[in-house]
Amino acid sequence: MVPLNAYLIVAAGLFSIGMFAALARRNVIAILMGVELMLNAVNINLVAFWRFLTPATEASSGLKVGMSGQAFAAFVFVVAAAEVAVGLALIISMYRNRRTVIAEDVDTLRY
Amino acid sequence: MNFSDLNILPWLIPIPPLVAFFVIILFAGRSKLLTHIIAIGAIFLSWLMSFYAVYTIVTQHKDLGTAAALGGKGVFASSVTWLVNGATGPGTATGALGMGVMLDPLNTIMLFMVPLACLLIFIYTLGYMAHDPRNTRFFAFLSLFAGAMLTLVVADNLLLLFIGWEVMGLCSYLLIGFWYEKPSAYQAAIKAFMTTRVGDVIMMIGIAYLWASTGTLSFRAILHNEDVLHKLATTPALGGFLGLTAAGLIGLCIVAGTIGKSAQFPLHVWLPDAMEGPTPVSAMIHAAAMVSAGVYLVIRMYPLLSAGGNPEAGVLTPPMILMSIVGSFTALFAATIAVSQNDIKKVLAYSTISQLGFMIAALGIGAYVAAAFHLITHAFFKALLFLGSGSVIHAMEHGEHAAHAAHEGHTAHDQGHVPDASPAHGGHEAPHAATEPIEHHEHPLHDPEPAFDPQDMRNMGGLGRNMPVTMWTFIIGGASLAGFPLITAGFWSKDEILADAWHLSAQSPLAVLVLVSLAVAAILTAFYTFRQIALTFWGEPRTEAAKFAQHNDGTAEARNISAQMTAPLIVLAFMAIVAGFAGVNPGFPIIGAITSRFFPQGAPFANFVGRTLLEAPEHLDFSWWPVLVSFSVFLIGVGMGYALYVRRQYALGQKDPMEDIVGADIYRILQKKYYVDEFYGWAFINPLRWIATTLVSQIVDKGIIDGTLNIIATSATWIGNLFREFNRVVIDGVSDGIPDAIADAGRSLRSVQSGHIQQYLLYALVAALWVGLNLILLAVFPLAVPWAALAQVVIAVLLILFFNVSGSRASN
Repeated sequence: MVPLNAYLIVAAGLFSIGMFAALARRNVIAILMGVELMLNAVNINLVAFWRFLTPATEASSGLKVGMSGQAFAAFVFVVAAAEVAVGLALIISMYRNRRTVIAEDVDTLRY
Repeated sequence: MNFSDLNILPWLIPIPPLVAFFVIILFAGRSKLLTHIIAIGAIFLSWLMSFYAVYTIVTQHKDLGTAAALGGKGVFASSVTWLVNGATGPGTATGALGMGVMLDPLNTIMLFMVPLACLLIFIYTLGYMAHDPRNTRFFAFLSLFAGAMLTLVVADNLLLLFIGWEVMGLCSYLLIGFWYEKPSAYQAAIKAFMTTRVGDVIMMIGIAYLWASTGTLSFRAILHNEDVLHKLATTPALGGFLGLTAAGLIGLCIVAGTIGKSAQFPLHVWLPDAMEGPTPVSAMIHAAAMVSAGVYLVIRMYPLLSAGGNPEAGVLTPPMILMSIVGSFTALFAATIAVSQNDIKKVLAYSTISQLGFMIAALGIGAYVAAAFHLITHAFFKALLFLGSGSVIHAMEHGEHAAHAAHEGHTAHDQGHVPDASPAHGGHEAPHAATEPIEHHEHPLHDPEPAFDPQDMRNMGGLGRNMPVTMWTFIIGGASLAGFPLITAGFWSKDEILADAWHLSAQSPLAVLVLVSLAVAAILTAFYTFRQIALTFWGEPRTEAAKFAQHNDGTAEARNISAQMTAPLIVLAFMAIVAGFAGVNPGFPIIGAITSRFFPQGAPFANFVGRTLLEAPEHLDFSWWPVLVSFSVFLIGVGMGYALYVRRQYALGQKDPMEDIVGADIYRILQKKYYVDEFYGWAFINPLRWIATTLVSQIVDKGIIDGTLNIIATSATWIGNLFREFNRVVIDGVSDGIPDAIADAGRSLRSVQSGHIQQYLLYALVAALWVGLNLILLAVFPLAVPWAALAQVVIAVLLILFFNVSGSRASN
């Protein structure tokens, strides 16, 4: 069985890649993709911890209780999907108005 | 209250003019007609009451007075307690200052003269000031003047008298300076006020001393009380170190007041300058009121002035000696000046000074009745002369305008009137002088000669042709002044003064001095009066203006004015003759016999006025010598005048004939009035001016007072600056510093808000790492947490400072 640390290392690597993309890329779409990577790294962690740390118990109703890790990951997917929908809409609006998708060029909201 | 009661009536006599003054000043001044009605009505009412009082006394109370020897029965009087002061003194001190009025023979005769003269002057003013723009104000002041004089006359105490006296001083100031556009007029007003003030201050000291010694100022309590008089005459004044009695010192002070008010020698300078006022004022000052008040005062105070002396035996008290010396000197001194003056009013002014000298000198040798008699007759004929001279001046001004009109008639004939009706020409002397320079600018070619002087007698001559009434009344007044024998009032009163001096000359050398100087002055009086009449009314007109001079040129208004001006002249001329017969000595040949038939008890004036005193003055026996003196002085004076001014006609521009006789140098001294004004200027006015401008203004005021103020102000400013600096640095520093620091912090922190979302993400990462590190720290080394916290605060502060510095640099 693959040990927990391997999952964590993969998740950490994925998170770092996402972080790098979010911090270093100039294209807003790339930044959004970096954010997605970081969310997915978090999802890996959530599911991994759930798989290794939570005992599988059978409830009287027949449902497997302790599914919270998977439920959390599902929420994150939904949130990420919503975020992407909003984010892409913003990006399209931005592109239409300013003809750019470079994050640094969009600094109207500053001092 | 029964106002026909003679005890009460005197209260009312001064009231109408005083009320008229306030009513005119406050309400009626807008309307000329209303003003005239009020002013004339008021003085008429006063005259009516006075006349009633005089008539009642003369017909029913002939024995009024205190002289028991003549059957005197006391005086009419009433008084109220006015100022309770608890004063105690010898005699009749009541512990209070009374205010009251009284009627004794002396102020009865004053009440005969003053309101009548005032009434006539008021009527004359109607015509004389008809076109003056400040006509109503003039009537208001005249009313106040008359009211003050009447107050003074009816007063029963020195304080009320002094109040009237001072109000008159104010009125003379206001009226002399009435045409205040003329610098000479307001200067004369100030001069009159200041000069009389010198005498008034001394007089006030005398009044205060009298009050301190007796505790009362009532005439009845002092003058009608032998004990008080005796006590005053025997008490040494001020511990006796001046060698004077109390009566002597008080008397000298009171005489000083009279010297100021009646323009006697050292203080006479104001009176000629007072001619700057309109002519009715001159008449008012010279006849009815101002100067008469001074003489009235000494006559009134005579019992005090003579207390301790016995003039009939040649024993004169110090005040009497002063009066006789000053009076006789002034009479002569002023007469010599009068002969050389060319201004018609100046001659009369010096003549007034001289005649007042007669009265003062007469009183100085104890000629009580004669002084009072001359006061009355002089008032009438001097009022007449002044009003006559005003009429002449008025006519001369019209004559000048008429002459101009006649000259310009060639070019402007179609305007069709040659004698100027003149309502456009405003008032008289002053407005004329004020407009003259303007006319010069407008018509430099028509009017090249210097301003025409309508008062200069050299410009006159032959005026009698067009103005017979003025001429004849003036001649009557002049004859009275000169002492035309037997028929004029001036002759009888002057003769009585000379007779008194003659009778006393055996006892007192001072009486000889008085007799001689008054006789010489009388010669000069006759001379300058004759000169005046000759230059003014007789001969040929010397100028165009004199040829056209008249005031009745046919228009209705001019006729009206002319009537208003000449009617008073006729009444006064009547008085100037008739008033004298009241004082004829019954021993006088023929005329005395005639008058004794009407007045079997002797001269009515002497009998009547004599009762004012406790002991009636002796009746003088008739003596030929003074009458001969009176006759001869008149004839000499008139003869000289005839020789110099009638036999040889005076021509314009010619030297005055006097100049050849006395020599040019002496003549110049006389014309310059002995340089008294110049001497006062040198001795008093210039030093005072120096003190005022240099010492007080420059050194004391600008140096010491301003210097002190400057130091105070400078130090206050310095302290203020100090506070300002403190305020600026400390208080503003703190209160500005806090927002500045906040602004600085904000300025440096704003660089955080860069608008780059990736930068924000980086902050979030750093913060997350920082929180994570701390959590690890907390888990691994719990004991190091405080130190770590401290270190983090230090790091945070250092970071803030770093950003602060870099932020401000960025903002620069």
